[in-house]
Amino acid sequence: MPEDVKAHITGVVFQITSKAGDTVAEGDPVIVLESMKMEIPVEAPRAGVVREIKVAEGQTVQEGDTVAVID
Amino acid sequence: MLASVLVANRGEIARRVIRACRALGIRAIAVHSEADAGWPHVADADQAVAIGPAPARESYLNIERILAAARESGARAVHPGYGFLSENWRFAKACEEAGLVFVGPPWGVIQQMGDKVAARRRMREAGVPVVPGSDGALDTLEAAAAVGGTVGYPLMLKAAAGGGGIGMVRVADAGALPAAWTAAQRRAQAAFGSGALFVERYMTEPRHVEVQVFGDAQGQVVHLHERECSIQRRHQKLVEESPAPGLDPALKARLVAAAVAGARAVGYVNAGTMEFIVQGGEFYFLEMNTRLQVEHPVTEEVTGLDIVQAQLQVAGGAPLPWKQEDIVQRGAAIECRVYAEDPAKGFMPSPGTITRLALPQGPGVRLESGVAEGVQVSVHYDPLLAKLVTRGDTREQAIARMTTALESFVVEGVGTVIPFHRRVLASAAFRAGRVHTQMVEQGAFNA
Repeated sequence: MPEDVKAHITGVVFQITSKAGDTVAEGDPVIVLESMKMEIPVEAPRAGVVREIKVAEGQTVQEGDTVAVID
Repeated sequence: MLASVLVANRGEIARRVIRACRALGIRAIAVHSEADAGWPHVADADQAVAIGPAPARESYLNIERILAAARESGARAVHPGYGFLSENWRFAKACEEAGLVFVGPPWGVIQQMGDKVAARRRMREAGVPVVPGSDGALDTLEAAAAVGGTVGYPLMLKAAAGGGGIGMVRVADAGALPAAWTAAQRRAQAAFGSGALFVERYMTEPRHVEVQVFGDAQGQVVHLHERECSIQRRHQKLVEESPAPGLDPALKARLVAAAVAGARAVGYVNAGTMEFIVQGGEFYFLEMNTRLQVEHPVTEEVTGLDIVQAQLQVAGGAPLPWKQEDIVQRGAAIECRVYAEDPAKGFMPSPGTITRLALPQGPGVRLESGVAEGVQVSVHYDPLLAKLVTRGDTREQAIARMTTALESFVVEGVGTVIPFHRRVLASAAFRAGRVHTQMVEQGAFNA
């Protein structure tokens, strides 16, 4: 079952730390957001393979937005 | 006296500088990004210049755009506030080359004190105690291990080009050093463009005490006493006060003398802060902030002096308006920084639109607010919304006034650290003045 990785805060995408096809463990950072001078990783909710990264560096995301999908 | 000043900052500190300009009859020019057009600091100024899009590197951090705004508005001087370009020596130098007065120390001093390793060495030469650690930046793990064997564990790895707690890594024991070294080097390289690190002894439960210093171009250097700033999260301050409660008078005398000696040794001009850590009856130099400090109001409240006006006067070539013997610390003052962060979620950012704002007032209450109802608190900038400062004849009175003021401080639309501050003010440890820099991370003020 694919699962959405959602941003837990509003911020700007600072860094994309994984790519489609990568295997991730639960808690691994998928992307890193920057908000109010803080860098905040968005972590994989469970282990799996990254199917798609849905954001680009420099893009603003709102809390609750899907930033990636994990299979 | 300066005729006009461009304020290269935003929010509460821009408003504070503009107010000081007004008091001295100086024309104040604000700058703003696209995101800040409706913010109060823009309305406060005599003139405002748009400098670019919301991201700071395209506006408030963009030297060319700030200088262009100064040219366009006919500004004669630039006040950098804190953060942004305030400790960027290249910016100070660029101002000088553009014929603008930089309200701060000479760029060479900023450069010298901005290199934390060079600053440490310079201070030790001036007789100021420094934290035991490496003599300079280290390039290899082997060198760090050798220093670790001498100063002992736990120790701290710090970025030589760093500041604000960014890139600092604590190392528990020799076995943890290799992994920590790699991580700290990578972070330092990413954040500051240099992987050079230095090693310092890690202090357990120390206090952060700093001294406000002020120099003029005539060579006078004075201090405006100390501030206690131990209540911090992520190495950034939340609560500050003056005087430092319970600080031994003999230790304080040595501390302020060392601060003045250190500032004099580097030819310091204008306002600056010498930061120290205090542990077990000893103090050690941490770093110097070559700019106006966020928490300067607590010093103003206990001395009755206006630091920002003095900055403008000294930048205009005037001698310091005070002699050391005139600078007396009376009563007590406390500052709570109101950040748009959620203390229940590990101080995570809480951007959004301020839908309601009710500011406390009353005797001995001072507010430095950068916001208003309806403004959008952006992800692009520091989360500081306002600073609440109270003063009292005694520390107890300042605490009582702060407690009352926090009760009536309402911010809706974004989360803030106000609930955290209420718990700090109510805590037995804070009331007794028993504070140290690791309290917040240890959960001392958790709900």
